[in-house]
Amino acid sequence: MIGYVVQRILLSLLISAVAMVALFAMVRMIPGDPVTLMLGARATPEAIARLNAQMGLDQPVITQIGLWFSRIFSGDLGVDIWSQRPVVDVVLEALPPTLALTLAGIGWAAALGIPLGCYSALRPGTFTDQALSVVSVGAISIPPFVLAIYCLLFFSVRLGWFPVLGAGEDGDLADQIWHLVLPAFAVGLGWVGYLARLVRGSMIEAMGENHVRTARAMGLPPHRIVVTYALRLAIVPTVTMLGISIGGLLSSAVLVENVFSRPGLGTLIADAAQGRNYPVVQGGVLAAVLLFAIAMPISDLVIAWLDPRVRKSL
Amino acid sequence: MFASLSDFARRDPLGFIGLMLVTMILFAGLFGNWLAPYAPSKIDVPSRLLAPSWEHLMGTDKLGRDVFSRILAGSALALQIGVVTVGLSVVIGTVLGLIAGYGPRWLDSILLLIFDTTYSFPTVILGLALVTLFGPSTTTLMGLVMLFLIPAYARLVRSSTLAAKGADYVLALRSMGASSGRILGIHILPNVIGPVIIVACMDVPAIIALEAGLTYLGLGVPPPAPSWGRILEEGTGSIREAPWIVVAGGLPIILATLGFTFLGESLRDRLDPKRKGRA
Repeated sequence: MIGYVVQRILLSLLISAVAMVALFAMVRMIPGDPVTLMLGARATPEAIARLNAQMGLDQPVITQIGLWFSRIFSGDLGVDIWSQRPVVDVVLEALPPTLALTLAGIGWAAALGIPLGCYSALRPGTFTDQALSVVSVGAISIPPFVLAIYCLLFFSVRLGWFPVLGAGEDGDLADQIWHLVLPAFAVGLGWVGYLARLVRGSMIEAMGENHVRTARAMGLPPHRIVVTYALRLAIVPTVTMLGISIGGLLSSAVLVENVFSRPGLGTLIADAAQGRNYPVVQGGVLAAVLLFAIAMPISDLVIAWLDPRVRKSL
Repeated sequence: MFASLSDFARRDPLGFIGLMLVTMILFAGLFGNWLAPYAPSKIDVPSRLLAPSWEHLMGTDKLGRDVFSRILAGSALALQIGVVTVGLSVVIGTVLGLIAGYGPRWLDSILLLIFDTTYSFPTVILGLALVTLFGPSTTTLMGLVMLFLIPAYARLVRSSTLAAKGADYVLALRSMGASSGRILGIHILPNVIGPVIIVACMDVPAIIALEAGLTYLGLGVPPPAPSWGRILEEGTGSIREAPWIVVAGGLPIILATLGFTFLGESLRDRLDPKRKGRA
């Protein structure tokens, strides 16, 4: 068990390290001279020399990689080219709204999708089951950012029920939640369908397992069987999927953020990418990779906790 | 198999709808430029932001361009990105998967680690980084998509190759002295390609949506190409005065996704013997 956990954490560390080197290589691979590109053709030689030294571009490559790593570990990701603020601050500021959006999106999707999946699994082949499965495919088929634009059009612009842009006033929790409703709906709807289908499939399988059949034979009430015994098993593929899909979730959050002009990691990276603000792109992507590297081993641990057979085999 | 189209429609209505939608999109992609009532990039300022009418089925945008013609022109681009890149990824991914599944253990471990890492990476964010590097272009976009798809297909082929490797017919071929290339190409390949084709069919719309999304952010296909993502992006700018632009821009993406998904599921139910008889 401990060996397995260590192995997964090592893998996450390896992914993070590879990503760091790749991000380093990114700036090196920019066609042409990155400093001239960033400062424009009319920059003074002094400004160019200063930025060169600031980014360590006047040192040999190996030294630069070493420097880059030591800078990351000391929490120094460079300076935002436009605002001249430390990139770490800029990224840390953008992180909470993105996390809130991602968690709210997946949260309501799980709260609705998992019960729907169980409901279908208990009556396979009936009209309700088939109707739910068609609706699920429909929900999966609408790309989150298209859904976001439609929501923006109907609920914000036409009906005026929800705010059009931003994340709400600082410190005003109700206002922030108000701003979160539509984006979270757009991020999560596809996941409702997805989770419902996934849970339905594994639930049907779990209901046939020996211990669940024993529980039924012993006359336990159905809701107890489903929640205590079957769901615990049926939820495993869902947790695996969620661990793997954190990347996809972040990707859709990036797009939805842009539709609603919400501050966040996505808006930050997209704006920086358009303006060739390399240090911010590096910092933002690194933050996304780290989130992903943390989520993977956590989902592994949850699975081991849920399914005793997995725990024993480790 | 179904005797006729009407029989197909009755027995598998969703699959039939999928087939119709996909045919429609392919048709629009291939002949869109002839069917378009106006030149997709023709600017006509006096007739800007006109609501949908018989003259302009989906209205006009801020520059007076006919939205319906732009949507038709955009389908060629969407298909190019969706179908061509998915096709290329299937070829490369299959070859890598065969190598990983049939080759030595250490090679398998290394390839598997690479597949897993790239597969679960946040695509759009990786895309943003790549686009910053190489600048927005159709080639960058196609490269990004392939980077994401190849490991997924390779993984799939790898696991079925591993299963086939131990099968009796492969052992028999090996004992008769068949070369690895012959075993893989002539005997294992036909047995492992089916699932990949099905998954690939369902991936086409995801890629179309990804293209639209990145173009929406200004990081996909550069202007003036009439991508569905650009129509949405420009439409969001005039969402108050001309809501029909975003409605029209989003519809083809949803229809394409529904079409390819229904068709893919129908194919899977047909080709996968394990799922026969299950809803």
